[in-house]
Amino acid sequence: MARRARPLGPAVAAGAAAAALVLALALVPLGAVAWRAEAGAGLGPADWAAVRFTLWQAFLSAALSCLLAVPVARALARRNFAGRGVLITLLGAPFILPVIVAVLGLLAVYGRSGLISDALGLLGLGPIDIYGLTGVVLAHVFFNLPLATRLVLQGWLAIPSERFRLAASLGFAPSDVARVLERPMLRATLPGAFLVIFLICMTSFAVALTLGGGPRATTVELAIYQAFRFEFDLGRAALLALVQFALCAAAAVLAFAVALPTGMGAGLDRPVARWDATGRALRLTDAAWLAFAALFLILPLGMVVAKGLPGMAGLPASVFAAAARSVLVALGSAALTLALALPLALAAVRLGGAGGAALQAAGTLSIATSPLVIGTGLFILLFPVADPVALALPVTALVNAAMSLPFALRALVPAVAEAEAGFGRLADSLGVAGRSRLRLVLLPRLRRPAGFALGLSAALSMGDLGVIALFADPSQATLPLQLYRLMAAYRMEDAAGAALLLLILSLALFWVFDRGGRAHAAA
Amino acid sequence: MLRLEGLMLQQGRFRLIADFGVEEGHIVALLGPSGAGKSTLLDAIAGFLPPARGRVLWRGQDLGPLAPGARPVSMLFQDNNLFPHLSVEQNVGLGLRPDLRLGADDRAAVAAALDRVGLAGFETRKPAALSGGQRSRVALARMLLRGRPLVLLDEPFAALGPALKREMLTLVAELAGETRATVLMVTHDPADARAVADQAVLVADGRAEAPRPTEAIFADPPPALRAYLG
Amino acid sequence: MRFPMIAAAALAAGPAPAQTPVLTVYTYDSFVTEWGPGPQVEAAFEDVCGCDLRFLAMGDGAALLARLQLEGARTEADIVMGLDTNLTARAADTGLFARHGRDDVKLDLPVGWDDDMFLPYDWGYFAFVYDKTKLATPPGSFQELIAAPEDLKIIIQDPRSSTPGLGLLLWVQAAYGERAGEIWQGLAPHVLTVTKGWSEAYGLFVEGEADMVLSYTTSPAYHLIAEGDDTKAAAPFAEGHYMQIEVAGRIASSDQPELAERFLDFMLTDAFQSVIPTTNWMYPAVTPEGGLPQGFETLISPDEALIYAAGEAAKVRDAALETWRAALAR
Repeated sequence: MARRARPLGPAVAAGAAAAALVLALALVPLGAVAWRAEAGAGLGPADWAAVRFTLWQAFLSAALSCLLAVPVARALARRNFAGRGVLITLLGAPFILPVIVAVLGLLAVYGRSGLISDALGLLGLGPIDIYGLTGVVLAHVFFNLPLATRLVLQGWLAIPSERFRLAASLGFAPSDVARVLERPMLRATLPGAFLVIFLICMTSFAVALTLGGGPRATTVELAIYQAFRFEFDLGRAALLALVQFALCAAAAVLAFAVALPTGMGAGLDRPVARWDATGRALRLTDAAWLAFAALFLILPLGMVVAKGLPGMAGLPASVFAAAARSVLVALGSAALTLALALPLALAAVRLGGAGGAALQAAGTLSIATSPLVIGTGLFILLFPVADPVALALPVTALVNAAMSLPFALRALVPAVAEAEAGFGRLADSLGVAGRSRLRLVLLPRLRRPAGFALGLSAALSMGDLGVIALFADPSQATLPLQLYRLMAAYRMEDAAGAALLLLILSLALFWVFDRGGRAHAAA
Repeated sequence: MLRLEGLMLQQGRFRLIADFGVEEGHIVALLGPSGAGKSTLLDAIAGFLPPARGRVLWRGQDLGPLAPGARPVSMLFQDNNLFPHLSVEQNVGLGLRPDLRLGADDRAAVAAALDRVGLAGFETRKPAALSGGQRSRVALARMLLRGRPLVLLDEPFAALGPALKREMLTLVAELAGETRATVLMVTHDPADARAVADQAVLVADGRAEAPRPTEAIFADPPPALRAYLG
Repeated sequence: MRFPMIAAAALAAGPAPAQTPVLTVYTYDSFVTEWGPGPQVEAAFEDVCGCDLRFLAMGDGAALLARLQLEGARTEADIVMGLDTNLTARAADTGLFARHGRDDVKLDLPVGWDDDMFLPYDWGYFAFVYDKTKLATPPGSFQELIAAPEDLKIIIQDPRSSTPGLGLLLWVQAAYGERAGEIWQGLAPHVLTVTKGWSEAYGLFVEGEADMVLSYTTSPAYHLIAEGDDTKAAAPFAEGHYMQIEVAGRIASSDQPELAERFLDFMLTDAFQSVIPTTNWMYPAVTPEGGLPQGFETLISPDEALIYAAGEAAKVRDAALETWRAALAR
């Protein structure tokens, strides 16, 4: 109601501009590729097989991630134990790992010469074989279970503790609590979590190929790669990219229609006091789930560390130069992410309703674009007017920023809504408007989610090979590119060291921003 | 004077009509059962709820086109009257400059206002470090500094104990007297109304009646008030 | 702040003539890294050319060609170096390349060379590499590989995204023609996985995931010479080995045609060729005067070199890919 009394003003204009920019970044390069194309071949049966496989593996990966996230998040929500905070931070690590590093870490555990196969070998059993759909889904769950857990845990902690107190005073059993309090929360949280993970898995390529075991595991992104690289059929590449984008957009519309999860930027550092889950069996169940999550997620990370340590000492100077460049790109990308996400979030909250949802959807869809097509399209657009090589790092930062925008929005939008709901009227009545409102009212209330968004965006940018490979100048490699170069030069031990450096830097960037947002965060 | 001219407010299926004036300098209690529309009326005057019909006039000027912050109004809400991330000085300073670019004179004025409400030296504290009564005083210091001629209280002291609440209302009455402000206050407590308000408006059954002297209204309560008082 | 820095940079550059000609060479990424031939080649050519040699790198050979096709006639490239014979037909079709006009080039290739547009600078054979300590008797042919116990696993690369992957596709095609589908079906149970590129595959092999990996006959030379590790070897296959010949060509619209010609000449001299074996880990197109580095004599040398002529590879490629996909997608 109060909304109407206030003019929509520059906030909405800025948000609309940010949304337009993000949409343009997703669609204009695609258009450029299509425009540059000569008459290409249409989609064949192999392409539709790729579409089916892509949808199926994304569905399985998202469903399994969400399903496993529920008991893990529940255990985290209702148990307090030493190391809980560390566990939650480490849970964030797989999500920001470069694909090749994570895959090698996973195979060090689940591979034919991994820990499990070695253990089986001691018992006289043969090695396990995860290649195929199993491997693809395993890797995707490894990447995304932490994200799902974080989203669901946030939902749990958003249930006011008074409700649990009330439930306890009414003598609710755990099953009653689940029915009355937890299921409605999950019903509101899971569709959004499912969507984000589904979209991430839709554009997966290297994971699907490396662990998929063969051309069965061809995803749309690989088909795009083939059209572009093998056939140089830009029309087909654009068509496939459009199909991929349309599928993601359809999924997004569907999930937005069901529900949206609320912010994942808020504090996760306090368990909810519970009176219903004190039974011994429940405690054991929770402990088992936590042990499962910790082992599943941290063991492969441990292997990355173990394999990387020997190579760390002798890393060539160029790796550190690349690391410094990557940190710069990550910082630029993080700043850009916030510069895009903040006006989008403000405008989405100010507009509310369908308009607000449309703005958020625009900001989320950047995840659905093919990096190869974006990179190629940008190249087609930039080449006539500028030196693409000179723009390599800024363009990389911009594309990385667009890719992490959905996560930043998910953290910021609910926080903006909460700040406006709590203090909007006071600010109105005092005439605090425009930039003063941003500076004095909103930004201080957004420190936590903004810190989280900056950290996540910086970390994601750090690990992303991104479009740099299409624009590269020999002297401008980022750390992931340098990692690949080490591998291409047979220097596998150095590459493992560089991977560890990448892991450390990504986590450190995330940690610094995330903590920075929490320190001094007002009550 | 404040004039509500053929005012009709609508929120979903709820309606409230009001058509009366309030002379300046009075402290007016809004009385009535829960859900009768007392807060809704204040929201309309403050500019948070555009009327479905009619106008709100202050000294003859239509307030309709003015944003909440531009109206001659200070409002204290039920809660969230202070920004928890800003210091006491900043919270009060907002009453002078919404962009908080405070000069030396401004700071002195803030200090003086804090002194007046009994919080001298509290400038650097954050709201979390204050008691409930102290927080109310900070909000009152800001109200004092804003110097708006119309003060709206939407039960800002409801969470305080009876003695403290009375103390705050008395302080409001004193400050209003010093600044010749007109006060409209929502209350559930007839005793509060009698203690500080010289006039009372009965809000019931979709109507806000014209103000009458508090003592008179309690001496001879209309049926709706009688039902409310029980 | 900016201007003094620029001024300082100009001063530091010293008396170098302002009009130093720049030769721009497009190549693939691994050529230009500090471990690749790039730095030594650049220094050696700049010593003699009075020019600035500028490398621009993009992905691999196929990415390089795609980039060139995107840029078209407006490309800044004077030389494109790093295409192979599977790409030269498509590259020639762009109409961007000039003929090299040399008819008496002396090359040390196992096969003849009569392309009048592209000149080779190095070559190698694709081969399956294995660890001698883990696999005592490697299969000696595709047939033996098919007949091996099913737990003998190989890692290959996707022909759609990788040069060696395409090489294997053509290798089987060249060796077996019509029977390629049958061979792929036989190989399918042994294929542990198919990776996006060589790096992923070789990384997995080094981690011990599979018994053999598709690479080059020269790969063991890296381990022997750079790491002193003689446990890696390439398995000689009776069907012969498919070749990769890497070539360079001059862009017709180049504004430095003479410099570009000089670079092509330089490319076949010892100064360039002697760098290749231990940086690109391939055979030089012209064996340097001092011969190959010590260690290369331990490498297998296939009895038969298989290769499609430039146009042929493009013709069989699409059908071979379909065969491959059908056989492995089971």
